[in-house]
Amino acid sequence: MATNTGGLSLSQQRQRAAFWFLAPMLAALFFVAAWPLLRTIWFSLTNTLLSDLYGGEFIGFDNYLSLRVLESGRWIWRGTLVDPAWWNAVWNTVRFAFVSVLFETVLGLIVALVLNAEFKGRGFVRAAILIPWAIPTIVSAKMWAWMLNDQFGIINDILLSLGLIDQKIAWTASVDTAMYAVLMVDIWKTTPFMALLILAGLQMVPRDIYEAAKLDGVNPVKVFFKITLPLIRPALAVAIIFRMLDALRIFDLVYVLTPNSAATKTMSVISRENMIDFDKFAYGAAQSTLLFAIIAVFVSLYIWLGKVDLSGEGQK
Amino acid sequence: MNARKLLNDVAFYALVVVIVVFSVFPFYYAIVTSFATGTELFKVNYWPKAFSWANYESVLGGRNFVRSIWNSVFIATTTVVFALFLAVTASYALARVRFKGRGLLLMMILAVSMFPQIAVLAGLFELVRFLGIFNTPYAMIMSYVIFTLPFTVWVLTTFMRDLPVEIEEAAIVDGATPWIIITKVFLPLLWPALVTTGLLAFIGAWNEFLFALTFTSSETTRTVPVAIGLLSGASQQEIPWGPIMAASVIVTVPLIILVLIFQRKIVAGLTAGGVKG
Repeated sequence: MATNTGGLSLSQQRQRAAFWFLAPMLAALFFVAAWPLLRTIWFSLTNTLLSDLYGGEFIGFDNYLSLRVLESGRWIWRGTLVDPAWWNAVWNTVRFAFVSVLFETVLGLIVALVLNAEFKGRGFVRAAILIPWAIPTIVSAKMWAWMLNDQFGIINDILLSLGLIDQKIAWTASVDTAMYAVLMVDIWKTTPFMALLILAGLQMVPRDIYEAAKLDGVNPVKVFFKITLPLIRPALAVAIIFRMLDALRIFDLVYVLTPNSAATKTMSVISRENMIDFDKFAYGAAQSTLLFAIIAVFVSLYIWLGKVDLSGEGQK
Repeated sequence: MNARKLLNDVAFYALVVVIVVFSVFPFYYAIVTSFATGTELFKVNYWPKAFSWANYESVLGGRNFVRSIWNSVFIATTTVVFALFLAVTASYALARVRFKGRGLLLMMILAVSMFPQIAVLAGLFELVRFLGIFNTPYAMIMSYVIFTLPFTVWVLTTFMRDLPVEIEEAAIVDGATPWIIITKVFLPLLWPALVTTGLLAFIGAWNEFLFALTFTSSETTRTVPVAIGLLSGASQQEIPWGPIMAASVIVTVPLIILVLIFQRKIVAGLTAGGVKG
C-alpha cells in the first residue's frame, strides 16, 4: 500500500509498527498479571480483611514475622514464618513436587522410548496416552476419588483380590495414604505430557546412530545410557523444570481429591484457604507472595542454568 | 537367538498393553459407572452390566449443569478469541522484527506463564470487585488472559519464526506495510497454527478451577469444573457418584474427540510451547 513512510527507513518503520503491535498485549498483561501481583504484595504488608478490602492498614512484615515481648519477658513470635500449618504446607508441596516429577520423568521416559520404537499400533498407543492429558483435572480427581473409594472403589477390590492388602483402605481420607492418592492421580494425568516432550527430544536423535551402535553390537542398555540419554538431556531438563514449576503451584487436584486434609494441603491451597475461607485476606496474600518468591527463584535458576536461547536468534 | 527375539517382542507388547490399559482404564470405568444406577452402583463391575440413562437424565435435567456448560463454552471461546487477536500481532513483532529488548520481553512473557496463579489471586479479587464483575463470566474471561495470552504469544512466535523469510521480503518489495503482511500474507499461512494454539488455550480455559472457584458465588454462574468439583450430596455418604460420572463423561468426550482429531497438531503445539497441559 502506501510506501510514503515520512522519511523513515524500512527498519525504523518496522520497529514502530512492532511497538504498536506489542502495546495491546503488554497492556493486557500489565492489567491482569503485573498489577494484581503488586497489589497482592501490597496486601501482604497490611491487615486487610476480605470483607473490607479498602480498610486495611500498613503493618510492615507482621504477616510474615513479628515479635512481641511481653511484660513478663516472654518473646512471642507470630506470622506465617513461624506458623506450623504453613511449614506443613511447604513440606507437602515440596514432597509432592519432587516425588511426582521423579516418577513422571522415569515413566515418561519409558513411554517415550516405547513410542519412539517402530511397531504396529503405535498411532493407537499415542492416542491412548493422550486421553489422561485431555481429561480436565477436576474430572480426573473425581474419577479417581470414585475408584479409590474405601467401600465401593475398584482399586481396593483389585488389591484385595490380588491379595496385596487384607482390608480396605480409605485412600483419600486416611492421613497415611492421602498423599499417595494425590501422587497417583497426578502421575497418571501428567506422565503423557512428559512422554510427549521427551519423545520430541528423542526424535531429534539421528536414527543412524542407533544403526551404527546395533552393527557394532553394543548392548541396548549401554546405548541408552551412553548415547540416548546425553543427547536428550536438554529436552529432558526443560521438561523437568516446566513440570517442577507446575507441581509447586498445584491447587485443583488436592482441593478436590483430598479436601481439608492436612496431609496433602499445599502452599496454594493453604493461601487460598486463609484468603477466602478464613477471612485472613492479608495473611493469605503473604503466603501466596512467599510461594511466588520460591517459584521466582526457580525460574531465575532455570533461565540462568539452562542458558536458554530466548531471543530465538540461534534457532532456525 | 530367535527365541530371544520372540521373548523380547512379547515383553515389549506386554509393556505396550500395560501403558494403554493404565491410560484408558479410569475413563472406561467412569463410563461404566455412569450407566449404573441403584444398587448396581455399589458393586464393583469390571464390565458394563447395567445400561441406564438415568444418571445422564438427572444431570442434564437439573438446569444448573446445562447452564454451567454454556458458561464454560462462552468463557473459553471469548478468552481464546481475545488472546489470539492480541497474540497474532504481538508474535509477529516478536518473531519478525529485530528490536532492543526482544529477548528480555520474551523471557518476561515466559515467566508470566510459569507464574503461580495464587500469587495474583488477592490482587485480581480486588480488581474483579472494583470492576463490579464478581460472579459474572467476565471475571473469568479477564483472569484467564493471564495464562492464555503468554501461551498463545509464545507458541505463535515459534510458529512464525519458521515461516520463510522470502515471502515476507517479496511483500516488502511490493510495498506492503507490516499490518498488510500480517493480515494478507501470514494469516492465511498461520491457520493451522492458530487452530492448534486456540484449541490448547481453549482446553486450558475450559479446565481452569482456581479462579472460577473464587470468582463465582452462585450455582448459575459456575463453570463446568467448579460444578463438578462441588457436586455433592447431603453428606460424605451420599456423594452422587452416578451423576458425577455422567457429568464427567459429558464434558470429557468432546475434549477427547477434539484431541484425537488434532492429535498431531496438538503434540507439535505442546512441544513448541513446552507449556503445561
